[in-house]
This record gives sequence, structure tokens and C-alpha cells, in this order.
Amino acid sequence: MKKYTKEHEWVEIKGSEAFIGVTAFAAKELGDITFVEIRPEGTDVIVGDVIGTIESVKAASDVYSPISGTVCATNTDLEEEPGIINNSPEERGWVCKLDNIDLIELEELMTKEQYDKYLKESTKK
Amino acid sequence: MSDTENLKLTPLYNSHLALGAKMVPFAGWMMPVQYTEGIIAEHKHTRTLVSIFDIFHMGEFRVKGGTSAAALDKILARAVADQKPGTCRYNFLLTEKGTAMDDLIVYRIAEGEFYIVVNAGTKDTDAARFRELLPQGISFADESDSTAKIDLQGPESANVLEALGLKKESLPGYYKWINASIKGIPCLLSRTGYTGELGYEIYFPAGKSESMWNLLLEQKDVKPAGLGARDTLRLEMGYPLYGHELNLKTTPVEAGFGEILKLGDKRDFIGSDVLRNSQPGRLLVGIELEGRRAAREGTKVLIGGQEAGIVSSGAFSPSLEKAVAMAFISKDFKTAVGMELELATDRFKVSGRISELPFYRKGTARMSLGG
Repeated sequence: MKKYTKEHEWVEIKGSEAFIGVTAFAAKELGDITFVEIRPEGTDVIVGDVIGTIESVKAASDVYSPISGTVCATNTDLEEEPGIINNSPEERGWVCKLDNIDLIELEELMTKEQYDKYLKESTKK
Repeated sequence: MSDTENLKLTPLYNSHLALGAKMVPFAGWMMPVQYTEGIIAEHKHTRTLVSIFDIFHMGEFRVKGGTSAAALDKILARAVADQKPGTCRYNFLLTEKGTAMDDLIVYRIAEGEFYIVVNAGTKDTDAARFRELLPQGISFADESDSTAKIDLQGPESANVLEALGLKKESLPGYYKWINASIKGIPCLLSRTGYTGELGYEIYFPAGKSESMWNLLLEQKDVKPAGLGARDTLRLEMGYPLYGHELNLKTTPVEAGFGEILKLGDKRDFIGSDVLRNSQPGRLLVGIELEGRRAAREGTKVLIGGQEAGIVSSGAFSPSLEKAVAMAFISKDFKTAVGMELELATDRFKVSGRISELPFYRKGTARMSLGG
């Protein structure tokens, strides 16, 4: 199961863990990503907490946790190669993994179809 | 500048959109910050091959009259009277306090004629200042609206001009200019730029914008680059950006230009008294950071744990593959190349060390074209 936030994060449930990252739209908007900081393993977060910061050449942006849980792994490949997020935002560019999650929180989030519709409406002017 | 409806568009606006540019507000204009390949690719392309930049937003003034050299000598921080026709010189327009109203380039066209190229954000205040200060009998014209400017920058740029029919041996030398014609479009062509690479700035009639842009873009190795790459390229060279390293609170001496002002000479210009009779309270330095995380403008600089200064520009350097910054450090702190310091925001702290400028030392700006 994969869900999306209005702040352009995605969360995908695999077993008892949740992978978190930013969407292709967010990666494109940020431009070339040059640095990623992720909250360390063991950090407890609730919905909306900052779980990381992504810097591009021009600016820095926070990544907010789509759900509550405990950071159980971070994507260490991003330390040396943050551009992975530009090349593969929704697969190899995952930012961190959470456990101790509650699936009921996912009901508040958007499906792929809902997110695509949201994108279309929010980028239309 | 938040009202995007009042932003001006350059004649190349539609060309940028067609090339997939991301447009952003800058100094009252909608400008391309990057095209589809992104800032890092555009930066590296400029360092290795050749890029074109739409710089229509900058201002161009013409000052004419028999005594214009003497008049400008009283206004500008560097002398123009000893500047030969055919040359360009980096210069400053200062306040009475010696702080910078703008940094600009003066082209000497003839004995009694100068062309002055200024920043977009300060163009109107600059023009008002020149009009106020220039004596009667000297004409001042703001030609910005009718003048287009495209920067051709990168080690291959002379080859591009050659492919367009200009003879290499006729191209101007570093900080010199010529009148030229590119496929029938008359232009002023100077070997100047803001990237640290061999390059040319091309000034021509605004109505020819699309023709010139397309002519250049059709040439081998030429790609468009946006203001994002322009900024990282200039930062790697340690070049100041008005509003950051120079502004109404900063003198050129503080920004590291003390020597070229030749304050020991007798010439008086606006702000010269203050600059001669005071010591700068802070000085600009370059800082190489330890990692990839950038310290942006406003980040505090700590030396031995004490607040010593503030970052004026900072970004990831695509050539060095780590973050770099320029910062003003209080004169109360002794600094030296190699000295370790910390950069701190309320959210993070990173280590760095003072670096020589430029950060990038392989630029081709002054290379000989040989032959």
C-alpha cells in the first residue's frame, strides 16, 4: 500500500515497516539535490514532524513524516549520492523507514489517483 | 516583488518556456533559473564547453560629451580617465559614505563616450544618480529597454564566434571590446563575463533577440544556462553579487576591493574621503565547508566559539563537490587561509576553513587564444 501527502511525501507499507520519501513532483521542483539530512535511527516521530531536510543547489526544504513511528533505518546511499532522489524519487531515493506504525493513520492520506488529481488542481492557475 | 503580474518579461520569454525553463522572479523580471538538465549540468557544461545566458534584465547607459571622462572620474570609485578606448573596467558607484550603490562595468567607447553596464535591481536608482551628478553639457541615455544582452561563456566560446563568421584573431582580448556583426546583427562584443571561463558578453538591438539566441543555440556545443548556474559559477570564482557581497551598508574595501581603488592616489570621488579616513570594520573571506550541506546567506560564523561574522552567499559548489560560502568577518578576529571555523544556524552547525579566492582555480577567463 502506498499513500501520498499534500506536502509531496509518499509512504509505502512493506510488512510491518513504512518506507518514506518525496514524490517525483517534489524532486523535480527542488531541482538538483545536493545534501540530505535524516533524523537518526531510534527517533520517535508523530505525523507532521520533520524527519529530514533536503537541500538543492538553490534552497533547503523539510520532509515531514506522513505517519507516526520510530525511525528504524535511513537510506545511507543518499549521503554520498543525494542525486538518487532526482533519478529515482519513489524507489531507490527513499529517505527513511519507520516501524511501530499504526496503519489507521494512512486512511487520512491520498491514494495515487487522489494525489495526481491534487497535483493537477494545485499546479493549475 | 511578490506580485508576479508586475514582473517584466525579456524578449526571449517564450524561447525560455519552449526550452523547458523554470521561470522565477529576479530583480523585477521573470527570468530562467534553470532549463531541463538542471543547475549542476548547466554549471559543468559552462566550465567544460559553452553556454548562453539571457541577461536582458541588466541595464546599459551611454554617457557622452567632451568632458565626460573628467566628470565620471569624480563619480566612480575607480579612474576612467586613464582607460583607453576599446577597454572595459570593473567599477563602483558609491554613496557619500563610501558604500556601494552598485558595481558596474565601464566601457570606453571613444575619448568622450562611455557605455556603462549596471545591475537590473539598481538600474533606476543608478540612472537617477548619474543624471543628478553629471554636469550640464554631458548627455546621459538609459538604453536598457532597446538593448539585449546575451552572455556566451565557456572554453569553447571563441570557437562558437568563429563558426558564426568572426575571425579568431579579430576577437577582443580580456576586458576589451569591439564592434562586430554576427550574421548581419550589429553588436558590441566584449571579452568579459561572470563565470570565470573564457567568454563574451554580446550587446545588440532588442528586436534581434530571438534571431541572435537561435543563431547561438544552433552552434556546436552550445546549451542554454539559467541564473542558478550563473550564481554557482560566480560564487566559485569569489565574484561579488550586488545585494549580497556589496550593498548600501558595505564598502568595496570591506568586500576585498581596497587595492584596486588605489586610495593612495590623489583623485577625489564620491565616498573617497570616508574610505581614506576609516578602517573597514569587517572583511570578506571565502570559506570551504567540510561537507555538502550549504551555509546560506545569514548563517553565523563562529571563531573559537565566538560570533565573528555572517555569511553573504553560500551554496553547493558543483566543481568542488562540496559547499562553499563567502562571509564578512569582523576585524576583531584575525583570519588566515586554512583557519578553522564553524557556521551555525538555529538548526545546525557545520565546520569549515578559510579558503583562498577563487575557490575554483582552473577557469579559462584569461586564456590565450593563441595563433
